[in-house]
Amino acid sequence: MSTVTETHEPSTHSKEPHVLKPERSNLGLMRPDHSKSVIIDWLTTVDHKKIGIMYGAIALFFLLVGGLEALIIRTQLAFPENDLISAQRYNQLFTMHGTTMIFLAIMPLNAAFFNFLVPLQIGARDVAFPRINSFSLWAFVAGALVINFGWVLQALEVMGLFSASGPTAGMNDFVPSMGWFGYAPITGKEFTGAGTDFWIMGLQILGVASLSAAMNFVVTIINMRAPGMKMMRMPVFTWMTLVVSLLIVFAFPAITIALAQLMFDRVFGTSFFVTAGGGQPILWQHLFWIFGHPEVYILVLPAMGIVSEVLPTFSKKPLFGYAIVVFSGAVIGFLGFAVWSHHMFTTGLGKVATAAFSLLTMAIAVPTGVKIFNWVGTLWGGRVRFSAPMIFALGFVWMFMMGGFSGIMHSSAPADAQQQDSYFVIAHFHYVAIGGIFLAVVSGIYFWLPKILGKMWKGNLSIWVAVFSTIGLNVTFFPMHFLGLLGMPRRTHTYLEGFGWETYNLVCTIGSYILAFGIFLLVVDIIRCFRSGEPAGDDPWDARTLEWATTSPPQVYNFGRTPIIPARDALWEHKHGPENRRIQYEEDDGHGIHMPSQSWMPMIASLGFVPLGLGLSLMQAGVAFMGYVAIFGLFMIALGVALWAIEGPGGYHLHPEEAK
Amino acid sequence: MSDSATHHEDGHKSLIIENKKLLMWLFLGSDCMFFGTLISTHLIYRKIYPQEFEPTSLFSLELTSFSTFILLMSSFLMALAVSAMHKGQLKSFRRNTVGVIFFGLIFLGCQVYEFTEFAHLGLTLESGTFGSTFYLMTGTHGVHVAIGVFWLICMLFYSYTGKMDAHESAVDVEVAGLYWHFVDIVWIIIFTVVYLIEFIGKT
Repeated sequence: MSTVTETHEPSTHSKEPHVLKPERSNLGLMRPDHSKSVIIDWLTTVDHKKIGIMYGAIALFFLLVGGLEALIIRTQLAFPENDLISAQRYNQLFTMHGTTMIFLAIMPLNAAFFNFLVPLQIGARDVAFPRINSFSLWAFVAGALVINFGWVLQALEVMGLFSASGPTAGMNDFVPSMGWFGYAPITGKEFTGAGTDFWIMGLQILGVASLSAAMNFVVTIINMRAPGMKMMRMPVFTWMTLVVSLLIVFAFPAITIALAQLMFDRVFGTSFFVTAGGGQPILWQHLFWIFGHPEVYILVLPAMGIVSEVLPTFSKKPLFGYAIVVFSGAVIGFLGFAVWSHHMFTTGLGKVATAAFSLLTMAIAVPTGVKIFNWVGTLWGGRVRFSAPMIFALGFVWMFMMGGFSGIMHSSAPADAQQQDSYFVIAHFHYVAIGGIFLAVVSGIYFWLPKILGKMWKGNLSIWVAVFSTIGLNVTFFPMHFLGLLGMPRRTHTYLEGFGWETYNLVCTIGSYILAFGIFLLVVDIIRCFRSGEPAGDDPWDARTLEWATTSPPQVYNFGRTPIIPARDALWEHKHGPENRRIQYEEDDGHGIHMPSQSWMPMIASLGFVPLGLGLSLMQAGVAFMGYVAIFGLFMIALGVALWAIEGPGGYHLHPEEAK
Repeated sequence: MSDSATHHEDGHKSLIIENKKLLMWLFLGSDCMFFGTLISTHLIYRKIYPQEFEPTSLFSLELTSFSTFILLMSSFLMALAVSAMHKGQLKSFRRNTVGVIFFGLIFLGCQVYEFTEFAHLGLTLESGTFGSTFYLMTGTHGVHVAIGVFWLICMLFYSYTGKMDAHESAVDVEVAGLYWHFVDIVWIIIFTVVYLIEFIGKT
């Protein structure tokens, strides 16, 4: 399979697809000329693979930012009565650590995999709406900028370049400092300052990005599958993407409305959560966790999907109980909407509600356990290869199970009353987040990096990443179980001597540095692979799913001709199965491959969210003229969307020489 | 929108429903949750504080019934517009779309009048939970209607560029129609559980 040929119009088409000259859009303007500069090419791209890579790179950056915040937190807690940072700074750090890790690191890392893999796995040329995909990426960037803007102000203030005086006198408290779930009433304007406004607007923008991406993926998976790719032939990762996207579609509205209500409380003096006006702060908890609990599964289900791809490949066996793994994922997604109040056992829901949510929470452990057994069953009797992706996947199964066990302990309401807001909870969700999601994502990185970059990572550094990150996370988080049972509350800036917490805290801090070193090695390994990896070949793992049937890295058009899928694990059957299960390819119709044109408009529209978000936030803080900035942002969005509609999707044709 | 892309669209569609239509259905599913959250917030606070505010002293059942009827009729015209576009009858499409826009604007006018009147009589955003939930909920619905009106105005202008064709544009109009009908249905629910219910046993 090669690039553009000269078989059809030798005079106009040259060898590289990117040398194709852009045409005029319906606006009469030229479309972006991607051949002129790499930067323009990447900024205006609608290619799901490039968008996925950008998601991944930005998410890794924020993973390091959030990790740095965590390290400062742990350093502060290393010794009793430590005064490395102030209590206020500590609050800012744990708030931004949680927000960054969930919304700016894990979710976009998952989105990176969705983007890169899903169209390849279902045999499509791209997602259903390539320009909406680009919009989602840049809206995510806009939200990340707004939410982190407080750090910029804070840094300027520390350097003496900015102070809240004159027109900005109303501003205080630039960085969000009320915890990542922003419980009312501390988010009220009498308690917290501009940081909360940045947080509200930033999350709102990230919600737009997530919703538009999720709807795009549902349409892609339902409508864009190659012929023969029936639902029950789809790779498990694609299935989990579908479940997660539906979760986003139905869970995000709750927090969008809750944030809108909070914004109205702060800006227009309503009383949704303000007790003086009759508002009930507990309403926020309900609305937040109706979103927040599905969000937990939004984070973890893609990890389960990754592991369900890696384990069969490195065991040379089909996934044990494919159908039940898929259904378990769907059941987890469904039940995920019915367990939100287990975050609120200690708020006094009443016996019936507490018992019901307790039962449902125990019930959700069943499909999760089913998955674990199926992964173990996949390994059973397989020819297991201990390559890096496999090592991390096995680490996932073990560590995630440990996080699951302490999760089941929380499901019992009386026990939860003891553990609520203690370090026991911290231990639980970090085992799930780092032991589960992070290890699975690293497994996915090592698994698909040869496909993404076309280069194979080399040497045994990956083993050391596994050793340091697994030891690090256990040394950091296992003692936290004891700390929690000894009564250390979470979100404490410091603690006194004599509670028996000193040793555990010191061990936790040492562990966090070991974990950080592991992540540092991971970054080094990715950079080494990028700079000097050997060519990987199309299918280095003898893998099972369709993305490995393309070149490494895949061509811009993915598949020269659309594949016709004969069975589940299509590529494995193609390579090792009977004759009648070969992948066939559709006949070339002579029109060439239709590709969508690149566009500036999605980026213009989504970056309009930056002035809109900052304007509204600073307006609340009383800064002059910020209303106009917000209106400018709104105008920018409207302009981008309007021009986007008018310019039309465009498109051009490629003629691959020897379409596979 | 019709240009080179549509003529060579990638062939393999696993289902019969068009991408744009499926996208709109997903958005409407999501929108259900938006309004579900808003309406349930309103009803919960109404139940907790039954005495805080007496809405029947404020609501004008005649006016709101009228605007509800107008919105229902606009949905009828929208259905005619979609049907006309499917048959390629551009003139009929324009006529009906103008009707929808006109009725939508009447509805918005009624809402603006209602809001000013209520604010005048003392129900504002700052006046407790009833004002908060009522204005945010009906206001969000009003924004939906306004976006719908703006969308249809754009389509009306677009129909004069000569670029509309019965095949592809019919889907676009149908998607707009789905949105419009949904906004109408939401209003029927709001009218019932926010306005009508208050009058049980009161008249």
